[in-house]
Amino acid sequence: MSAMLRNHWDGLLEQRWLLPVLLAIGFVLAFAIPEYNLLNKYVQLVLMYVGINIILAVSLNLVNGYMGEFSLAHAGFMAVGAYTAALLTMKVLPIAAYPGLFPLAVLAGGLAAAFMGLIVAVPSFKVRGDYLAIITLAFLMIVKSVIENIDYIGGPRGIPGIKRLTTLPWVFFWVVVSVWAVRNFVYSKYGRGVLSIREDEIASDLMSVNTRRVKFLAFMTSSFFAGIAGALFAHLLQFISPRVFDIIKTTDILIMVYLGGIASIGGSILGATLYTGLMEILRPSTVAGLLSWLPEMIFDPLNEYFIRHLGVWRMVIMPLLLVLVMLYWPRGMMGLREFRGFIPRRDREAHHRLKTLEKQGTP
Amino acid sequence: MTLLEATKVRHFFGGLCAVGDFNLDLHAGELMGIIGPNGAGKTTVFNLITGVYQASEGSIRFKGTELVGKTPHQITALRIGRTFQNIRLFRDLSVLDNVRIAHYAQSNYSPLEALLQIGRYRREEERIIENSQRLLSIFKLETLAGETAKNLPYGMQRRLEIARALAIGPELLLLDEPAAGMNPNEIDQLMEFIQWIRQEFKLTLLLIEHQMKLVMGICERIKVLDFGETLAEGPPEAIQNDPKVLEAYLGEGPIG
Repeated sequence: MSAMLRNHWDGLLEQRWLLPVLLAIGFVLAFAIPEYNLLNKYVQLVLMYVGINIILAVSLNLVNGYMGEFSLAHAGFMAVGAYTAALLTMKVLPIAAYPGLFPLAVLAGGLAAAFMGLIVAVPSFKVRGDYLAIITLAFLMIVKSVIENIDYIGGPRGIPGIKRLTTLPWVFFWVVVSVWAVRNFVYSKYGRGVLSIREDEIASDLMSVNTRRVKFLAFMTSSFFAGIAGALFAHLLQFISPRVFDIIKTTDILIMVYLGGIASIGGSILGATLYTGLMEILRPSTVAGLLSWLPEMIFDPLNEYFIRHLGVWRMVIMPLLLVLVMLYWPRGMMGLREFRGFIPRRDREAHHRLKTLEKQGTP
Repeated sequence: MTLLEATKVRHFFGGLCAVGDFNLDLHAGELMGIIGPNGAGKTTVFNLITGVYQASEGSIRFKGTELVGKTPHQITALRIGRTFQNIRLFRDLSVLDNVRIAHYAQSNYSPLEALLQIGRYRREEERIIENSQRLLSIFKLETLAGETAKNLPYGMQRRLEIARALAIGPELLLLDEPAAGMNPNEIDQLMEFIQWIRQEFKLTLLLIEHQMKLVMGICERIKVLDFGETLAEGPPEAIQNDPKVLEAYLGEGPIG
């Protein structure tokens, strides 16, 4: 029975109409949910954060998972995208008259971040591992202190009053684009080059892989989407400051990547969704909602405690989760594995020649 | 015709001279062996040819192109393939991907074509898979395409490494101790196999080996190295009786 179901499922995955139909349903939902308030405002907000985090996790996975480096700069790229886009919508583009210009600002944020990615890629030619991690950490700190010291963009106070232009359809659109692009990249010769660098960089070079070019491409693609996510984030939160994009933000994304699994797009989607959900559940208001069935005598003091201290506990639980994942589950939920749907059919068939031969062999 | 020519190549690690004065004249289609005691600089020579190390002095030319100063992937793209003394497969990747990766320089599509899956992307990817499968079936690994490389038994890992090196479409193949860890029976098979791929792929071969049986059995010319310098060079029979070679391997003068 389960085998039959599985065959049926596999057969379904082979259908060419499946992807367009799923995408169409996704877009219809993304438009319909805010339009008709199918979900309450809070859940809609969380959905958008989930989407932004998926973009961040999938793009970071390219460098930290597929390439096997340990970049801490992702929040820095995000900051570059966020500030670029926010400045464009507030000071340059006539957004009030033409709200349709928003995607241009987002794209510019991505491009600015990709440019910074190019710069960070250069030290990766010389150093690897811990040393590159330290360099990316330095980059993150530089971005933060540069922003803090430019008064024109608000310095340490940040930029308040950004227009809320990020909508559910836009988030969905960029999630689809980032997943699609990273997936295409990974299943190309450049993506396999990235994987081989993780395995053995010298052997990779000796098998004709242009490792520098491949590193450039990986860093650029990764930081481009970090910038996109930053731009969307800024126009959702409506306020950005250097503090928003510090090491804590990078840690968030790292947990999503390693929890979900390295070198796996499906893993990053899972990791980002689970982690964002978990963080939301750990909010005082959500916890209060979940515990509201308790008698008042127990509920009231508990609630008061949570309101005061849960914020601190979140900061304990989050790093602890990262430590536990790294210790006991270094490959995460989907490490080095992938949802079948993301693997190009050509790849799947080439890898499973044995199975098809067996099938043909049995009468 | 000279395919690979090295003249007066010297290489230092810090102040230590690893290769003193290396000269080589390898003809197209030849099968040459390099032997020498441990630490004679054999693998260093391979690393100098393939660009892993940059020669401190001297010149290495492949079909007239200077290799010194080029990066490993540029040199490999000139169609020089190699294997490693201690197997260096991409251990966590599939058997198929190991071979596909080595098609990098030969496949011709841009990053943009890859990202958008347009243009030459599809045709090139299909060609890569086809060629990889062809190589895997030559090496009797075709049914293991989806297996993770590290799960293969030792002998198969050796075969896969040669298949991967052939995937770059080499004219010159450098084999670094291909018989390491093999029993006499397996060495016989390997000897036949090397002869066969040499004809099938029209290869010029340069191999490092400690197994005298293999070296003496198949090499047309043997070069004996010590500190990168040639002690002796010639056909197997001449090498076997060369007093200088015996001295380098066994030590000088009577024992006692």
